[in-house]
Amino acid sequence: MNAAFLVLSAFLASAVEMVEALTIVLAAGLGRGWRSSLTGVAAATLTLAVIVAALGPALTIIPLNALRLVVGWLLLVFGLQWLRKAILRASGYKALHDEDAIFVRELDQARTATRLDGGGLDWYGFTLAFKGVLLEGLEVAFIVLTFGSAQGRIWLAAIGAAAALVLVAGVGIAVRAPLVRVPENTMKFAVGIMLTTFGIFWSTEGAGAHWPGADASLLGVLAFVIACSAAFVTLLRRQKLVSALVGAEA
Amino acid sequence: MNRLAAFARFWWEFVIGDDWLAAAATTLAIGLTAALAHANITAWWLLPAAVAVILYTTLRRATRDHAVTGGSRF
Repeated sequence: MNAAFLVLSAFLASAVEMVEALTIVLAAGLGRGWRSSLTGVAAATLTLAVIVAALGPALTIIPLNALRLVVGWLLLVFGLQWLRKAILRASGYKALHDEDAIFVRELDQARTATRLDGGGLDWYGFTLAFKGVLLEGLEVAFIVLTFGSAQGRIWLAAIGAAAALVLVAGVGIAVRAPLVRVPENTMKFAVGIMLTTFGIFWSTEGAGAHWPGADASLLGVLAFVIACSAAFVTLLRRQKLVSALVGAEA
Repeated sequence: MNRLAAFARFWWEFVIGDDWLAAAATTLAIGLTAALAHANITAWWLLPAAVAVILYTTLRRATRDHAVTGGSRF
């Protein structure tokens, strides 16, 4: 059960970040030329590979309980950020992530920026693609390494991330347009819930406490996080509605 | 020095985000869980309860500007 959760979480988190990276790469490619932007993608991928190769083995030599405590804390802090934003989006307090609008903005900026040629490359296109892939990829690397190492199975998380990469890159190459039909906000909500769930589970174990029912309690934690999130979305929506009504009367 | 500060700021924003109080409260809750566990007191319930409270508080802070006077729970 934990393995399935692990692969699914890594897949969803990676897919969300890769959709965002794809939007930036497409804008860089269409606005500045494919040679520079694809070189940027390759350079960022290489940098990410070096980071993962350096950090991955280092994480496996840390004692499991200490690792779960640190990783659990990281996932919990990180997951609460995602969940907070997802709840604010779902309740209408924060604008929904719109890949189409982001693509139009990035493409516009890419087309109007000054050309900086050097070594046969356009450096604006290179930097735009490099930064996009590196920053989004760093989140994927962070999630894959922390998820995988806390269970002692980095390869399982890597399978989830690789599946997302194949899917997003494949669809991206096929359609050559931002993936606006991907339910990105729903996926972000799901990732926030999973990060928070694993964060609670591993932090508690790393702190030396024991779950009743051991690994099976992960389902209970998941149900609890979903219930809390749904309740907060309902409360916030109601608050926004009351706010709008009061504003209309005033 | 500027690059070091930018590097530190990047990681702070990446991990902690825009509500450092939520991160601090999470750290405190994990510390309390460890303290209870080492005193042989059942502690698994603490973190889920703390997360619910932290989430409530951080959402309340985030929506404070929109809240109407009176009647709002956030």
